Order: sequence, then structure tokens, then C-alpha cells
Amino acid sequence: MSNKDAYWNKTKNHMIVTLVLWAFFSLVIFMFGSELNTMSFLGYPLAYYMTAQGSLLAFVIILFWTANKQEKIDEEHGFSEREDD
Amino acid sequence: MFKGDFIQNLPKIYGTYTGGFIVFIILMALAEQAGVSAKNIGVMFVAFTVLIYALIGYLSRTIQVDAYYVAGRQVPTVFNGMATAADWMSGASFVALAGGVYFGGYTYMAFLVGWTGGYVLVATLMAPYLRKFGCYTVPDFIGTRYGGNAVRAASVFVLFIASFTYVTAQINATGTIASRALGIPFEAGVWVGLISILICSMLGGMRAVTWTQVAQYIVLIIAYLIPVFWISSNVGGGIFPHLMLGDEVARLGELEQQFGLVKNSAADMKAAGVPGGLKYISGTHSGVPEGGMAVWKYLSLAICMMVGTASLPHILMRYFTTPTVRAARKSVAWSLFFIFLLYSSAPMLATLSKLALMDPNLPTGIIGKSISEVQSIEWVQRWSEVKQVFIADFNGDGILQLNEWFMRGDVVVLATPEVAGLPFVISGLVFAGGMAAAMSTADGLVLAISNALSHDIYYKIINPKAETAKRLLVARTLLVIIGAAGAYIASFRLTSILGSVAWAFDFAMSGLFFPLVLGVWWKRATREGAIAGILSGIISGTVYLTWVFPKFSVPIWGGVNTPFLGIDHLRFGLIGAPICLVVMVVVSLMTKEPSPATQKLVDDTRIPTGKAILGKQH
Repeated sequence: MSNKDAYWNKTKNHMIVTLVLWAFFSLVIFMFGSELNTMSFLGYPLAYYMTAQGSLLAFVIILFWTANKQEKIDEEHGFSEREDD
Repeated sequence: MFKGDFIQNLPKIYGTYTGGFIVFIILMALAEQAGVSAKNIGVMFVAFTVLIYALIGYLSRTIQVDAYYVAGRQVPTVFNGMATAADWMSGASFVALAGGVYFGGYTYMAFLVGWTGGYVLVATLMAPYLRKFGCYTVPDFIGTRYGGNAVRAASVFVLFIASFTYVTAQINATGTIASRALGIPFEAGVWVGLISILICSMLGGMRAVTWTQVAQYIVLIIAYLIPVFWISSNVGGGIFPHLMLGDEVARLGELEQQFGLVKNSAADMKAAGVPGGLKYISGTHSGVPEGGMAVWKYLSLAICMMVGTASLPHILMRYFTTPTVRAARKSVAWSLFFIFLLYSSAPMLATLSKLALMDPNLPTGIIGKSISEVQSIEWVQRWSEVKQVFIADFNGDGILQLNEWFMRGDVVVLATPEVAGLPFVISGLVFAGGMAAAMSTADGLVLAISNALSHDIYYKIINPKAETAKRLLVARTLLVIIGAAGAYIASFRLTSILGSVAWAFDFAMSGLFFPLVLGVWWKRATREGAIAGILSGIISGTVYLTWVFPKFSVPIWGGVNTPFLGIDHLRFGLIGAPICLVVMVVVSLMTKEPSPATQKLVDDTRIPTGKAILGKQH
């Protein structure tokens, strides 16, 4: 397998992992809204907290994490851009 | 004071600007103390900020094609994040979001998840690859990847429908805010708003829009957060509401029990003469509605908004302006961080505002008091005069019940500072923030449309030999025409601000999402597949919208139709996008595999290093 193919395979897998996390925080947890709401976090009902703030924060963290991880994949395969580019 | 070039000095420049704006707020506060009228303070806030944006727009003027279309691709990561956040957060986000949460509670907050979660799709599926491609516009990518004028024109068509739907709502919001702040009629406000928008974008294109959007972000975020924190400490919510409102949310649940959540019948509301667009609280604040359909309604709305976010050209084109692919990825993360600051505050503002009105133990509480007493409150009188709030004593007991208090959603943001006893300078600041939010989005949208028309239709299809000066002249002329057309249509308000904003997402996802994603992620996607997908997606979505939206279905289909699987007019992208996907895949597989040159082009797009597919100037 060429370096390019190996790079793209890793990038694809990384994309899938990111989208699984995304689906968990955007869709899966809200399938169980009423169950989650019986629990509480910071004094807020949990489902309310997640839709008002929690999932939003999760997306921000996922985005910084995924960008850093992708940069590492770039470096491993020698596709990292120069800093001054 | 500033050594080195403009880009290196950005932190200093915007730092100075932020300091200057805060000094201006303090000056206005002093002016209020000195007896300057509330109205004049509002005028000064709007005039001062709009003048600054116009100055930035003028200083960023350019005669270079790549500066005009993609800001010369030198916008640093964090600043592009701020510009995208301003581009993204519209007048609707600023003025109507908290109101939406106020009335809609948990169910409405699917919008919050949808409008933020979409950025994960942008970052993983689209932004870095489009940046590598080196396109000027979104149809530029589709036209080059699939090859040919037909597919380019089809994608411009979708872009036009989606962005134009959105821009009329933005110009409408700009007009509403300008008319309230300046005390002029709505129609005049629309044109004042339009002129402000054009001054910011006409001379410098994307470069001017970028630097004004950064300035607008700073104004809008200050204008949103100061009142939230201040109101919170005034009504006893604690200094950091985001982490400290658990008890208040629980208290709202108790008050809902105590007052009872009653649904008014349409006939009662009509008989009482409730003005259109005003709402009352009939659902719970934090409770999750029971049943599978309620869950589906939440999820389907979130899906439409997320997928729509990842297809909206005016957002995607912001990531064409970063210096590198890596910067484009990071920039998406920063964008969402800056958006998060406002979006996570909207539910807190809604909670505080609701509590201020509902809690009888607070001096601001009005529910459960006698109607004559409530009607004598100054802010109630002022907002009643302009038909933004309304009281209907359905049971005739002279006491204001929860279902007897009607209010327009915008009032939550615009009047809460006043209700909670903040000085008027804060209301002036809120006007400036709302104006910044509506203008920045309108700028981005008008530019997205006129760039697609001037670059993809005029230069790429009609006159490929046009010289730079001619191209930029066409681009600027189109900008003025599109803006004027938007302003003209804005006066016909088709639906509430949020209704039509949601439509833009559905249009974009119906026609653009899969052609963009598959263009990068599936080499086998062909030109014929893309054309068939784009057209079938946008047409099926639009036909479904006419079928399901009563205002259209009565004249066209001769009656009101029940939404199929709960897919109503806010969610019609769920019809368009899957049809687009299926048609695109089937037609692609039936037609000849793309040429080796096209496959190589896709391979190069996937790798961050190496030359861009399209030249620096093209």
C-alpha cells in the first residue's frame, strides 16, 4: 500500500471515530431524553443540561481534539504543511 | 505604534478596538447619567458602530481578485474563527434565540444542538478539503470536481435559493433593529440596513467582510454577555449563570405546576385580539416531552440543522480564506468556540428572563398579579404600544395568568435588561449587538451569492476572457443588485424570522450536502450523478415544502396536508437530501467512471501538502 493510501485509510478511520462521537452527543443521548432528565448535573436535569450546554461544549472539545489528531496523522505520513505556508 | 504588516498587528489592532468600544460604552453610561435621552443613546450606539464597520470596509478596499474573493488567503486561524462566528450568528440567533428557548423550552433547544453540531461535519467532511482545492466559491469546487458548466450552474442555483431565503430574513432583522434603535419606520430601516451592509462589503469583497465581521463579533458578544451576567446577579441567579442556575430551573418547574400550563384555543385568542406573532408559555421549560414522536421531532430538527450547516456556502467559503489546510481545520474549532459563548448563554438568559416574570417573590414578577397593576408598569406600557406584548383576561378574574400573557420572542433579549432594572445604556448596547449580528450575516450571504454569480456564471461560463477590472466591476454590481432585491422582498415578511432561516438550511442540505461530501469522499461520483442529484434533491425538497406548508399548499394543492412522518416545513431537507443521495449514487454507478485526471484531482484534494488544484488567481 502506498503512503498516500495508508494516509487516506487513517484519515478515513479518524473521520469515522469523530462522527461516532458526534452522533453520540447530537443524536444518541437525546433518544433517551426523558430517562436522562431523571438524573441531574450541576443541579440541572441532565437532558436539559446537555441540550442547553453540555453537547455544545462536547462539540467544541471534539473539534480541537480531532484537528490535533489529524495533524499527527499528517506528520506521520510526511504531509504536514510548513508553519510559514 | 504598529510595526510590521497588518496581519502581524491584528491582535494589537483589535485589542485597541475592543478597548475603544468599552470606553464608548462607559461614555454612554456617563451621558445617560448626565440626562441624555434613552432614544439618543440608542441612536449613538448604532451610528457609532456602523460608522466603524464602514471605515473598516473602506480601508480594506481592493483591486485584486484573490483578495476580493478569498481575502488573499491570509486570515489567521483565531480571527477567521471570530469572523465565522459573526457570519454564522444572525439577527435571529441574537434577537430570537433566547425567545425561542423561552417559549419552546427543551424541544426548541434542538436548534442549539443542530446549529453547533453541524460544525463537526464541516470540519471532518468538508472544510480542509475545500481549502486544499483552492476554490473561490462553493460552486467553483463542484464545477471543477465534476467538470462542466451544467453542474456548476446547478450548484449556483441551489446556492442562490438557500442564501437568498436567508438573506431576506437578515435584511428584515437589520431593518427591524435599525427602525427601533433610530426611531424610523420599518421600510426606511430596511434601506438604512442595506446601505450599511453594502458599505462594508462592496469595496473590499471578502477581505472587507472578514475584517468587519471580526469587529462585529466583538461588539455582538460583548452586547450579549454583559446583560446576561448582570441580569443574573440582579435577579439572584449568581455571578456565573451557566453553572449556577440549577435551582432556578427547578423553581421554574415548580412555578409551572403552580400556575398550570394551559393551552389557549385559537378561537379564544382570535376573540381577544391577540396580535400576530405573539406567543405564550404552554410547554415546560426543562421537561422532556413524552413519546416516540416527540423524540423524533427533536432528532429530525437537529439533523436538518446540522446537515444544513455543513452545506451553507456562506459558512464554507469562510474556510477558503485561511493560509493553510491545517489552519482551516483549527479555524472550525475556534469558530465553534466563539459561537458556543453566545449559544450557551441564550438558555441562561431565557431562564433568568422567565423567572423574572414568573416568580411572585421577585419584585419584577407579573404573573399572578392583578392586571391593572401590571398594565401600569412602564416597560409593559411601552412594549404594549408597539404591540410586542399583550394581555388577554380570558377567565375575567382580573388576575394575570400564565396563559394570558403574550409576548413576541424578541422581547426576551430586547426588554429583559429593562425589566431586570439595568440602565438604558445596556439596551443601547443590545441594539448595537443585534445590528452587528444581522449585518455580519447579511454581508456574508450577499457576498456568497454575488461571488457565485460573478465568478461561476459570469467569468467561468459567460465571459472567460474578462479582465480583472471587469470581473470586479461585475461582482460589485451584482452585490448591489442582490442586496437591493433582498431588501425589497424583506418587506413582504413570508414567515417569522426563524421559519425562513430554517428553510435556508433545508434547501442547502437538499441540493448541496451530498454533492460536496461525495465529491471528496467517493471517487466514483460522476458529473451526471452530481447533476441528477442536485436537481432531484432541490426539486423534491421544494415540492414537498409547497405540499406541507399551509400557505403554499392551499393555493397549489388545494388543501392542508398532514406532514409525512412528522416532517413539516422546518424539516423538508429530510425529503430532499436522501433523494439527492440515492439519485446521485444510482446515476453515478450507471454512468462511466470519472477520468483518471479527475481521480488524480480527488487524490490531490485529500492530501494537505502540495499545490492547490486551482491556481492562486483563477
